[in-house]
Amino acid sequence: MSLINTGVDSAIAIAERRRGKLGAALFAGRPESVFLRNVYALKSSNWLVVLSGFVEPVFYLLAFGYGLGKLIGGITDASGNPIPYAAYIAPALLATSAMNGAIYDSTWNVFFKMHFGKIYQAMLSTSLGPLDVAMGEIGWALARGFIYAVGFMAVVTPMGLIRSWWGLMAIPAAVLIAFGFASVGMGITSYLKNFHQMDWVNFFMLPMFLFSGTFYSLSVYPDWLRTIIEALPLYQAIAMIRGFTLGYVDGALVGHILYFVVMIVLGLLFTTKRLRALFLS
Amino acid sequence: MPKTKAKVTDDSSPELMIVAKGLTKTYGDFVAVDGINFEVKKGEAFGLLGPNGAGKSTTMKMIASTSQRSGGELTILGKDPNQHGPEIRAHLGVVPQQDNLDRELKVWENLMTYGRFFGLKSAWLKTKIDELLEFAQLEDKRNVKTEELSGGMKRRLTIARGLVNEPEILMLDEPTTGLDPQARHILWDRLFRLKEVGVTLVITTHYMDEAEQLCDRLVVMDKGKIMAEGSPAELIKTYSSKEVLEVRFGSDNNKTMAKQLKGIGDRLEILPDRILVYTEDGEAALKKILAAGMHPITSLVRRSSLEDVFLRLTGRTLVD
Ligand SMILES: Nc1ncnc2c1ncn2[C@@H]1O[C@H](COP(=O)(O)OP(=O)(O)O)[C@@H](O)[C@H]1O
Ligand SMILES: [Mg+2]
Repeated sequence: MSLINTGVDSAIAIAERRRGKLGAALFAGRPESVFLRNVYALKSSNWLVVLSGFVEPVFYLLAFGYGLGKLIGGITDASGNPIPYAAYIAPALLATSAMNGAIYDSTWNVFFKMHFGKIYQAMLSTSLGPLDVAMGEIGWALARGFIYAVGFMAVVTPMGLIRSWWGLMAIPAAVLIAFGFASVGMGITSYLKNFHQMDWVNFFMLPMFLFSGTFYSLSVYPDWLRTIIEALPLYQAIAMIRGFTLGYVDGALVGHILYFVVMIVLGLLFTTKRLRALFLS
Repeated sequence: MPKTKAKVTDDSSPELMIVAKGLTKTYGDFVAVDGINFEVKKGEAFGLLGPNGAGKSTTMKMIASTSQRSGGELTILGKDPNQHGPEIRAHLGVVPQQDNLDRELKVWENLMTYGRFFGLKSAWLKTKIDELLEFAQLEDKRNVKTEELSGGMKRRLTIARGLVNEPEILMLDEPTTGLDPQARHILWDRLFRLKEVGVTLVITTHYMDEAEQLCDRLVVMDKGKIMAEGSPAELIKTYSSKEVLEVRFGSDNNKTMAKQLKGIGDRLEILPDRILVYTEDGEAALKKILAAGMHPITSLVRRSSLEDVFLRLTGRTLVD
């Protein structure tokens, strides 16, 4: 039996090919291998948890959109056109579920892998770099966000809640939103030391869900409060998806998109830095 | 494209796999590894022997390029880990002190994913995994979840995982700590086989028998420093006598009896529970003791071991 270097393309040859390239110590160009690990893990994971990410926004839609919506009737948009209540909250629920899925993956799952499963420790003792790990993990959150978004759209479109062809853009928008939240979420999680601190993340997320213009327009708030809420990521997410599903496509959308691009970049930066400090210093 | 062996990229001797000069690691004010020097040659089994806290794991992590040194020089296959971490890690197999297998995955999936982290192709890995499972004697556990394995099996799987990239150097941090004797022997046997095929082994242990069995050459570490270096036989020859006579007079009497034992053997070591008499001929020493009218409760003549070397060098036993 030969145990040394029989591979045509040895691990060493593969690693040496990146020599001299920019960021060779941080990135091996293989985030997909980290993603793949999650595919294997999914096969033996709890499918109920996976499924709940899909049904949750649908339940909210039924309860609030149709149940509560009956009492409310409809609401009107800025130019006075009536919108069914369910069509108003559906995009907000999609944005929220993209956020929740991404945050769940990037906080609880990542924290567990980091501190108990020692998954990242093992990954970083191979020729992978911290940026591969960060991108692979975040990519996973995105894939999940994508599947949920497609599922949700498949339910709400036949209900007539998508009022424009622009609505198709809600799917990539949901992925962008998941990307932003996963990236920042993983960055924050990498600084947390115990599960207790993670409760703060939840403490922040529920009010954000309730008050970010999910169920009603921000015009009910005084100006100062409105400004604060408009600066929060979930508001940005809701406004983006709502713009697409209701077909109000204007310059504000560019702002919302940029907001998430910045979140993604900052999140990746901090995560990579922190993984390096934790496992390679 | 390089096909098989990695080229050694600078002009240091290709026979030297690892060179450490004044290697130091500090955590804040605490010096965990204190300016150690050593070299590991190709194909040898090199040991770091020392008690808990000696700095063995810290040294291993610096070699594995997952911990940056605070000072000194370190070269692995001619490369500096500070500059070429991922490249060096591609040369190495790592078996950490605490298993970090992926508990969510099955046995074969652990090997597959780990191989993919190195960028190896899955078609190639499929045959490799069969080979490794056979080597680790885990063929029948292929589809078992990792958490269901026994301690010895987990250890063997971690070793198999460390071999997936066909490393030139396999790093084993306390490979048999916590295993029962049978599991240890199976593991030792596997490590011998690796040595036979030319894998360089770096092993830490606080078991002297393990060091004697496995290591061609070793350093004795204590408190971050290297106390001595050599083959097990050389170390014993230099720092101990051929035989050791262990006598017990009961815990309260050992101290007083030690005075009367002066002059018997080359050297005495008084431990709380027994007295060690270092001598070329243990039976002869025992005869002298009995002739002098002393009556130990128990007596035992044995060959000198690395434990004695450690005791001599540090005044302490390895495992307390
Ligand atoms: N990350 C760390 N931060 C602070 N001290 C550490 C850290 N890692 C190890 N040490 C300390 O360094 C010393 C050497 O540890 P280690 O290398 O694990 O010893 P060994 O493996 O020989 O038992 C110990 O006193 C340990 O407490
Ligand atoms: Mg240790």
